[in-house]
Amino acid sequence: MTEPLTRPKRKNPILRTRQPILPPWTRSRVGLGLTAAAAIGRFELQQCDECGAVQYPPREMCSSCLSSELTWTEQSGAGELISETLLHHSHDLYFRERMPWRLGLVKLDEGPSVVAHLHGDIEAPPARVIVGARLDRAGRGALIATPGEEVPNMADDKQLREMTCDPKFRKVLITDGKSEFGQAMVREIAAAGASLIWVGHTEPWKQPAGFAELADIPEVELIPLDVTNARQIDELGGALGNRVDIFINTAQVHRTHGIADRQGTDIARLEMDVNYLGLLRLAQAFGPAMKARGADGQNSAVAWVNVLSAFALSNYPSHGTFSASQAAALSLSQCLRSEFKPFAVRVLNIFPGPVDDDWNQMIPPPKIAPERLARDIVGALKDGIEDLYPGDVAKEYYSLFRENPKILEKELADG
Amino acid sequence: MARVPSGYGDVVIACPVTVDYVRYTNRSAHWFLAQALRGVIHQAGIELTDIDGLCVSSFQLVPDTAVGLTQHLGVSPRWLDHIPMGGACGAVALRRAARAVQMGDAEIVACISGDTNHVDTFRNMLGSFSQYAQDAVYPYGSGGPNASFAFLTSYYMHNYGAKREDFGKLCVAQRTNALANPNALFKKPLTLDEYMNARVIAEPLYLFDCVMPCAGGEGFLVTTEAHARALNLPYAKILSTIERHNAFPEDPIQMRGGWAMDVDDLYAVAGARPDDVDFFCTYDDYPIINAMQIEDLGFCDKGEGPEFIRAHEFAWDGDFPMNPSGGQLSVGQAGAAGGYLGTVEAIRQLTNKPSGNQVPDASIGLVSGFGMINYDRGLCTAAALLSRGSEQP
Repeated sequence: MTEPLTRPKRKNPILRTRQPILPPWTRSRVGLGLTAAAAIGRFELQQCDECGAVQYPPREMCSSCLSSELTWTEQSGAGELISETLLHHSHDLYFRERMPWRLGLVKLDEGPSVVAHLHGDIEAPPARVIVGARLDRAGRGALIATPGEEVPNMADDKQLREMTCDPKFRKVLITDGKSEFGQAMVREIAAAGASLIWVGHTEPWKQPAGFAELADIPEVELIPLDVTNARQIDELGGALGNRVDIFINTAQVHRTHGIADRQGTDIARLEMDVNYLGLLRLAQAFGPAMKARGADGQNSAVAWVNVLSAFALSNYPSHGTFSASQAAALSLSQCLRSEFKPFAVRVLNIFPGPVDDDWNQMIPPPKIAPERLARDIVGALKDGIEDLYPGDVAKEYYSLFRENPKILEKELADG
Repeated sequence: MARVPSGYGDVVIACPVTVDYVRYTNRSAHWFLAQALRGVIHQAGIELTDIDGLCVSSFQLVPDTAVGLTQHLGVSPRWLDHIPMGGACGAVALRRAARAVQMGDAEIVACISGDTNHVDTFRNMLGSFSQYAQDAVYPYGSGGPNASFAFLTSYYMHNYGAKREDFGKLCVAQRTNALANPNALFKKPLTLDEYMNARVIAEPLYLFDCVMPCAGGEGFLVTTEAHARALNLPYAKILSTIERHNAFPEDPIQMRGGWAMDVDDLYAVAGARPDDVDFFCTYDDYPIINAMQIEDLGFCDKGEGPEFIRAHEFAWDGDFPMNPSGGQLSVGQAGAAGGYLGTVEAIRQLTNKPSGNQVPDASIGLVSGFGMINYDRGLCTAAALLSRGSEQP
C-alpha cells in the first residue's frame, strides 16, 4: 500500500540541492506520437485503418499488413501485468538516483505487450492493470501502469508522482487572486493540499466580492503583485523564486476590440503589457530560481502554468487585440517550456474558451465557469499534462484546429 | 511445405581463434577483428592474399562496416558478408560461409568477430541499440538487457516453477569449466552460496546471472575438406544448421525462441537426435536463455527445463556438458564475439584443442545462438550441429 505523503520537513540548509537530471528523452519522430497524445492527457497507440491491428512500439507501417494508414487511436489501457522486475541498477543518472524502480510487462487487451513503469500498489503478476501515457520529467510520453481500481493514496506513489505536478504539500504562487477565476484558483489549490499559497493582488482600490474572504484560508499569504511593474516583479522573484514549486499566472487583461472599432493602440498596448510582457517579466524574475530546484526532493519546483485563451490558436475578431496578445503569450510560453525542459520544470498551457465573466458578456453560452476552469487546471497538474483545453467550447475549437485550422479561422471570423 | 535444406557436403571449419579477452581496453573493435584474422591465417599457415571470403560481426565497428574493414585489413575478398546478429552471429556466419564455399563463390572464408569495451561503451550502446529500444525500453529505468531478461526470468520462474538454485547450478557448472580456460575473465570458483547471496541487480536477477561486458575477438576458417587436408589443418564438419528471425511474434512474452520452429530440420538434415549430442554450447548471457535452449532444441519439453537442470550435471565432465569453455557468464561477453564463443569452442572440442578441459569422447557438438533484444525479446536464433572430422591430421 502506498504510504501517504507527509508534510516535508524544513530543508536542511547544509545539504547540497540536487541538480535536476532528465530521464532519457531521445525518441524517434514516429515515437513522439505517444508524447503528443500524453501531452493532452490521452493514451493513444497506432491502429491500422486497413486491418484494425493495434501496435506498439510506434513504427511507420502496420506489422500485420504493411499498410501505411495508421491512426493514433485512444486506448482503454486495460491489460494484464504478465511479468515484472524491480530494478536495483540503472545505466542512467536519473534512474540511478531513484532506485529501486519497478517495471512491468503488460499485455494490453487491445493486443500488444508494453514495457511500462509500475505503480507500487499493483499486485504481483498476473494482475489486472490500467496503462496510461504520462509525460515524464523530460516531457516525453511514457507508459505507467496503475492498479485496475482506485487505491488509497494512489497519487502519492513515488514513480507516479515523478510524472505529475500534484499540488499536495507544494508551495504555489498565483499571480492574480482578485478576479472571479483567480479566487476560484486559490480555493481549488488550497483544496488540493498546497502547503502555502502566495496570492498576488493589485489595484487596492478595487475590492471585488469574495476577495477579502481568501485571507481566511490558512495557507494563503497575500502579496502585492502587478505584472507591469518590472521592479516589483524582480524583487518578488528574488524573495520568493527559490520557494515556489508551482507558479500559476492568472493575470490577464481582456478587452473586446478588433482593429476598426477603436482608434489608437492604448488597449492593445495594455493587453500586450500584461498578457505578453507580464509573462516575460515573471519568467525572467522567477524562472532562474525555479530551474535550480527542479529536483529538490519530494516537493521540487515542478510546474509553471500559463492561463491563456483558446483564441491563442486562432483570432476571434471581436476580441481581436486580446486574441493577438494570447497568440504572443502562447509563443513565448513555448519558448519558456523549451528553456525549462533541461531543469525538469513543466510548463502547462491552458486554453479555455470564453470564461463566464464580465468581459465575455456578449458571447452566448456555453461558457466555462471560473470554478470549473480552476478545477480542471488542478486536474491537469495532478494528471501531469502539458496542454489543457478545458470545457466544451475549447475542446471543439481544439478539435477543429487539429482537423483543419482554416475551418476554425473561417468560423471564428463569422463570429 | 518448405524445402528441406541440403547438407554441406565437403565443407569444413577449422582454425579456432580467440583474441585475449580484457575487461577494458583502449583498442578499437577494428584491432580485435584484425587480431582475429591474423590468428586465423597464422594457424592456417596462409597469407592474407589467400583469403577470398570474409565474414564480419561487430557492434563497435561503427561507423564502418565490413566493407570499410577490408581496407583496414588489406584483404580483397570476392565474397563479403556482415552479420549484425549479436548472439546468433557465430552460427549464422558459419552457415553463410559454408554455402559460399560449397557453391564455389569463395574457397577460404575467414569468419571473424570482435568488439572493444571502453568504460562507457556499453552504456552508450544501450540507448541507441534500436529504434524500439530508444522509444520504448531505455526510457523505462535504463536497465539495459538486465531488465529485459528479468522479465523473461520472472515469468519463467513463476509459470514453470524454476528456482534461483536451478539457474545457480548452471552458473556454478560453467564457472567450474572456466577455471581451466586461461581466457576466462572470471578466475575464482563460484559456489552456490555465493551465487545465492550475490547483490541483486534486477529482481529476480542477481549479479552472477548477468553477463559481464568486455573486449575480445573470435575467429575461424571455413573451407573445403580437401583444402584443409592440403594445409594439414584439423577440422570439424557441419552436419546441419538453422536460422530464424522474429519467430512467434504473437507470443505476449518470449518463452520460446525460433529454434522451436526449426529444430526438426536441424536433426533431420544431420541424421542425428538430441541423444547424440555430446556437448552443447549455448548462448548464455543470462541463465534463463540456457533453459529455453535446452527445451527448444529438443532435450526436454517446454516447461521441463527446471526438472532437466535438477537431473543433470553441466560441467565438462558431467552427463550433459554445457559451455565447456565457461560460456559468456564466466568468460565475459565481448560484444558480437559473444555470438562466436560457442562456435569457436565447439571447433576446439572437436579438434582436441579445448580452451580449458576436453569433453570426453566429444564427437558431436551443438552450437546455439540467440541475439538482438530489439524490444522485448531476442529476435535472432540459430543453431548448428558439428561433428569431428574423420582421419584428421
